[in-house]
Amino acid sequence: MQNSLFPLVAKQALVRRRGKVLVGPVDLTLEGQGTTIVVGPNGAGKTTLLKMLHGIERMNGGTLDWACATDEAQRRQAFVFQTPIMMRRSVVDNLAYPLQLTGVARREARARAAHWAEQINLGDALERSALLLSGGERQKLALARALIREPDVLFLDEPCASLDGRATREIEEILQRAAATGTRLIMSTHNMGQAQRLADEVLFVLHGRIHEFSLAKTFFEGPQTPQAGAFLRGDIVE
Amino acid sequence: MADLLDGILQAFLLVVTLDSDLVEITLRSLRVTLSALVIASAIALPMAALLVVRRFRMRRLTIAVLNALMGLPPVVVGLIVYVFLSRSGPLGVLGLLFTPTAMIIAQVIIIVPLIASIAHQSLRELWSDYHDLLISMNASQRQRVQALLWDGRRALLTAALAGFGRAIGEVGAIMVVGGNIDHATRVLTTAIALETGKGDFAMALGLGFVLIAMAILVNLAIHWLGHTETEGRW
Repeated sequence: MQNSLFPLVAKQALVRRRGKVLVGPVDLTLEGQGTTIVVGPNGAGKTTLLKMLHGIERMNGGTLDWACATDEAQRRQAFVFQTPIMMRRSVVDNLAYPLQLTGVARREARARAAHWAEQINLGDALERSALLLSGGERQKLALARALIREPDVLFLDEPCASLDGRATREIEEILQRAAATGTRLIMSTHNMGQAQRLADEVLFVLHGRIHEFSLAKTFFEGPQTPQAGAFLRGDIVE
Repeated sequence: MADLLDGILQAFLLVVTLDSDLVEITLRSLRVTLSALVIASAIALPMAALLVVRRFRMRRLTIAVLNALMGLPPVVVGLIVYVFLSRSGPLGVLGLLFTPTAMIIAQVIIIVPLIASIAHQSLRELWSDYHDLLISMNASQRQRVQALLWDGRRALLTAALAGFGRAIGEVGAIMVVGGNIDHATRVLTTAIALETGKGDFAMALGLGFVLIAMAILVNLAIHWLGHTETEGRW
C-alpha cells in the first residue's frame, strides 16, 4: 500500500541542546512501506531521532521534507511515548480527544472512541479514570488514541518497555493490524525479539548518528558494522 | 473572654432570628465577592493558561510581576480605583463610586494576580505532562489552553477558592471605594470595622463569626459541587 506522505527525506538534520549534539547530522530517506525499527544502546539518540522526525523536537540544522506540505504531514502522523501520557480524563474521553481536536462532534467522537475501546479490551472501563489503568492498559489506550485518527505514519518510542509478555503481545497485535491497513510504523525498541518479529528494515543508532540502515534480514543475519554486530551479541557498545 | 462569649451569643442570636440587617449585609457580601470571583476567574484562569503554553519575550518578567502583585496592598488599590471613579477622575462620568460595582472592581484587581499566580503554578505542572502529547496531536494554542483549563479544573478550583478567601475578608479597598454606606455598600467586613470602631465588640465578633461560617460554607459548597476528593476523579 503506497503512502502519500513518503518519501521522508532528512538531510544533515541535527538536534543540539546546550551545545551538545544529541542527534545528527542525519541523512536518511524513508519510503512509504513497511515497518522501520530503530535500535541502539541507551542514550544513543533513538527517542530524539523519533521526536525529530515527528516534529516535536526542534532541529538546529538541516532539513526534513515530507512528500506533502509540512502542515498536512503533521496532521497525518501520531506518536506513542515510552511512558504513556494519560490525560486526566476517562478512558473514553482520552480516546475521543484527538477526534474532537479535528472538529468531530463530542457525541460522535465518543461513539467512535467506545468502538476503539472495545477493540483494545477496555470496553468495560469506558468511564474509568485513565490514571487508574495498569501500565499495559495505559499503553494500549495510548496506542489506540494515536491510531483513532487513522494516521498514515505512527512513531512509537519503546511502547512495550516495562510491559509483560501478554501486554507486549497485545500491543504487537494492534501494531500488526495497523500496519496491515497501511499505517507506516517507525518504532524504537530494546527488545530484539520484538524487532525481529516486526521489522522490515532496521535503523541502528549510535552516538546520535545512523550507524547502519538495512533490511531486517540483512541486519540480523549479517550486520555490516562491528558495532551493530556487537550490539546484536549483547556486548557493550561504546 | 466575656467579649468572645458575647460574640458567640450575638452571632447565634443574629442567625437564629434571621436579623434583617445581617441578612442584607451577608447577601451583599456574597453578591459582591462572588461577582468579583467570577469576573476575576474569567480573566485570571485563561491568562494563567496562556502564560503556560505561550512563549514570548518578557514572559518570565510577566510571571514575576504577577507573583509580586499577589501582595498588592488593598488600601492602595482602593485609592487608585477611587481616583479613577471619583467625579474628577477619568471614569467619573460612570457614577460608580460608592456603589457595589466599585467594590467589585477593586476586588477583581486585588484577586486577579492571586488566582492567576496559583493557577499558573498548577497548570505549569500539568503542561509539563501534556506538552509533548498536545504538540504531537497538533493541537492549536486555543485547544491547548482549553485542555489545560478543563483537565486542571480541580486544581483551578483551589486557585479560585484562594481568591474567594482573599476577597470575602477584604476590607481596606472596599471601605475606600464603597464608603460603608448603610443599605447600599455595607458588607460584613466593613460592618465589623464599624462596630469595632463604635466599641461594640460583641456585635463585631458576632459578625466575624458569621463571616467565618459563610466562608467555610461557600468553600464546602464549591468543593462538593466540584466533586473534589472523590475517588477516581481529579
